[in-house]
Amino acid sequence: MVTRGFTGRQSGSEPSDRIPPGQHLVDNFPVLTAGPTPRIEPVDWTFTLKVGPRPVKAWNWSEFNALPRTKMTRDIHCVTSWSKLNTAWEGVAVDDILADAGLSAPTPFALAHCYDGYSTNVPLADLATGKAMVALKYEGQPLPRDHGGPARLLVPHLYFWKSAKWVNGLQFTERDEAGFWELRGYHMYGDPWNEQRYTND
Amino acid sequence: MTEAIAATARWQSCAIVEIATRTPAIKSFFLRLSETFDYTAGQHVDVRLTAPNGYVAMRSYSIASAPSDSKVIELAIERLPDGEVSPFFHDVARVGDTIELRGPLGGHFLWPGPSNKPVLLIGAGSGVVPLMAMIRYRKASGEPVPVALSLSSQTWGDVLFRDELLELESSLPDFALALALTREPATRRTDFSRRIDAGMVADVAARLPGSPGCAFVCGSNAFVDIAVDAALALGLEAGAIKTERYGA
Ligand SMILES: Cc1cc2nc3c(=O)[nH]c(=O)nc-3n(C[C@H](O)[C@H](O)[C@H](O)COP(=O)(O)OP(=O)(O)OC[C@H]3O[C@@H](n4cnc5c(N)ncnc54)[C@H](O)[C@@H]3O)c2cc1C
Repeated sequence: MVTRGFTGRQSGSEPSDRIPPGQHLVDNFPVLTAGPTPRIEPVDWTFTLKVGPRPVKAWNWSEFNALPRTKMTRDIHCVTSWSKLNTAWEGVAVDDILADAGLSAPTPFALAHCYDGYSTNVPLADLATGKAMVALKYEGQPLPRDHGGPARLLVPHLYFWKSAKWVNGLQFTERDEAGFWELRGYHMYGDPWNEQRYTND
Repeated sequence: MTEAIAATARWQSCAIVEIATRTPAIKSFFLRLSETFDYTAGQHVDVRLTAPNGYVAMRSYSIASAPSDSKVIELAIERLPDGEVSPFFHDVARVGDTIELRGPLGGHFLWPGPSNKPVLLIGAGSGVVPLMAMIRYRKASGEPVPVALSLSSQTWGDVLFRDELLELESSLPDFALALALTREPATRRTDFSRRIDAGMVADVAARLPGSPGCAFVCGSNAFVDIAVDAALALGLEAGAIKTERYGA
């Protein structure tokens, strides 16, 4: 349905093959969080890998920082409708975390857990084979607290709520279990190219 | 708490039935739903505008009206000078136009439901919109929940829903109101002439008959960060503080 009188801010020069339906470009980096921004000092930070309820391996900050490093520059898409192109990240690929724990494909699904109690579900297929990392740096700088520092998950091909801030663990699960926003009406998978914003989209 | 949003929120066409200028930068848009929905105070809708060539712009707006039997919901939209959607609403949209929206959305920033623990609301500018839905609901439902609102605005003339809030302050039992003006001296003794800080939040919380059980904070990211630290300093647990950040 065309909205009377609306033309929109279409510059014409936007690379539309990189902007999913219903999204618009921003230059800034908006912050959206459901509650307080946690304060976690790197010395207090740990990351735990679990299979079901069983912890398999845990790393402290310096151990985690000693893992192989990966850089990615990606477009990101927030469900609130902004997209940002060419964001540059550095961190540890989920593949390298799994390898360090001696695991390959523990179960088909995972839940990322966070310091603020947040969680989100992502299939293993979307975490492995270089698709996702635990990011430690943004644009060459330590990740700011507002954007999830010291560490956040980065799954850039899904809506950005899947890229959980203040991440402190990955738990592999047999079934696809809903996380925080998925229990509150958001889509289980969240593919921006198919506009999977809310539960039944 | 999740039931309210379990149903699919389908896109629907709504007619603008009334437009009210609230402040120099904020107008209210009253939309008649074609399919009514049940919502909880604090929730939002997504609005979708479509250009003749198929280009679509989508934004979220909190619902300002309290849940009721009415088919009409109120959105209050602040005009951002270089924005894409908010200037369209202010400068182009008129009564009788049709707008597409879906809702209710958001399953977190929700009025807590029956409880008599005091509730602390902290907002800035148009960030008062979901808090206003809560206050209006509190009045309409008669739930005996003490509520205090701290609302920051640039000037007296920029205070969204000012007259209604002042009226509620005198007529609604257990409702405390503190306005904070950031660019003009306040004239009421109970108001503030400065930006939000921890002292202000503590002062407003102390107007409640007991410690707050939860806090709702809505505004810009920078505002929310200060308000949240102040709420934590009151002894509220992180999980009892819910925030809505309008992005910027
Ligand atoms: C859950 C939720 C609830 C909300 N509720 C409300 C509400 O009740 N009331 C309300 O008023 N708002 C609300 N908002 C904010 C609202 O969704 C919009 O973000 C806001 O109206 C701005 O949209 P816009 O299209 O006018 O501005 P945008 O076009 O999105 O721009 C926002 C700002 O960024 C600048 N900008 C960004 N990109 C560009 C660009 N490419 N070129 C030039 N300038 C640019 C603009 O100058 C502008 O100041 C809510 C947001 C959320 C997430």
